[in-house]
Amino acid sequence: MRKFIFAVTTALAVGLISPVATASTPQQDVKAFQKYFTDRFPDVPKADFINGRYALNKDLRSQWENMEEFPLYEDAVDAGEKLFNTPFANGKTFAGCLKDGGVGTRTEYPYFDKSRGDVVTLEGEINRCLTENGEKPYKWKKGKIAQLTGYIAYTSRGKKFDIEVPNDPRALAIYEKGKKHFYMKRGQLNLACADCHQYNSGKMSRSELLGPAFGDLSHFPVYRKKWSSLGTPHRRFGGCNKQVRAKPFKAQSDEYKALEYFLTVMMQGLEANGPSTRN
Amino acid sequence: MAKSIKLRAKAKKGIVTLKALINHPMETGLRKNKKTGKLIPAHFIQEVTAKSGDKTVMSAVWGGAISKNPYLSFKFSGSKGDSITLSWVDNKGNSDSKTAKVK
Repeated sequence: MRKFIFAVTTALAVGLISPVATASTPQQDVKAFQKYFTDRFPDVPKADFINGRYALNKDLRSQWENMEEFPLYEDAVDAGEKLFNTPFANGKTFAGCLKDGGVGTRTEYPYFDKSRGDVVTLEGEINRCLTENGEKPYKWKKGKIAQLTGYIAYTSRGKKFDIEVPNDPRALAIYEKGKKHFYMKRGQLNLACADCHQYNSGKMSRSELLGPAFGDLSHFPVYRKKWSSLGTPHRRFGGCNKQVRAKPFKAQSDEYKALEYFLTVMMQGLEANGPSTRN
Repeated sequence: MAKSIKLRAKAKKGIVTLKALINHPMETGLRKNKKTGKLIPAHFIQEVTAKSGDKTVMSAVWGGAISKNPYLSFKFSGSKGDSITLSWVDNKGNSDSKTAKVK
């Protein structure tokens, strides 16, 4: 017994057995994150979180279902389909360039590319195809890029997100960066994403119902009535940062790619249902 | 402006509910162009008419207060199979119309 205690004490002193809890793995985070929301909203079936605030409020839901009669994003999706089917000047097409042909691939993004050592978003992939084929890349937040991602999202409806962080320290670093952004307070209002979208999700912020972060990206690109157009996730991230009076990062910056990566990993098991409509 | 109207009409117990989404800038004429500082000229729908067959079932006079890409919905007595035509005229003299069958 004394030998044992001695061994343990030495090990502790040397730091071999850390008395402090070790950092959680992404998969452990996913479980804890999803559990937080299913516990917070016990009446909401897990699959329904893809509808955000509409899953939490009957009145909002019925208004939304009414709007879906003439979906506001319909014209943009049609425009996106046209863009997708139009070949580049050199004769090649998006279908021949995008990973897995593009159609129905929304749920594959963002993913960690080992050869590039970086996270690849759908928007990034689209502009890669454009520049590699001698075309001018699209602007990152709205317009053509949103129409094209809108078309791709529409063709991906029903497919499940299942992004896991691979066993690569570079991928893990990006994941941790995104997680840190989500939980870090920022801006003049000193709020973290988590403050509104996790700890106070379901509550009202002025006249808006705070949607849960779990499943928030499933329905992007999103038609926001405020924008009167479709917008990409990074467009919204910038807006959110501005709302708490923090200086926004640039669309497709490492910071926002990391945040998108973290949030998508958290969405494992949820269906894609983009594009959707919000205020 | 062709093809600016999306139209749907459903009949239930003798009452038809018509829903329409119209694509139109509906400029009030009071907004300024951010880059040039000049006023964006007014461009909005002034008249909307709905006909069931030959009979006018709804007519509306609109102004700049109606929002961009307006959504319109109203009810009238009718039945499945009726032919409904929705048309609009704007302050520049443009017009469009769409016909649909009540389901």
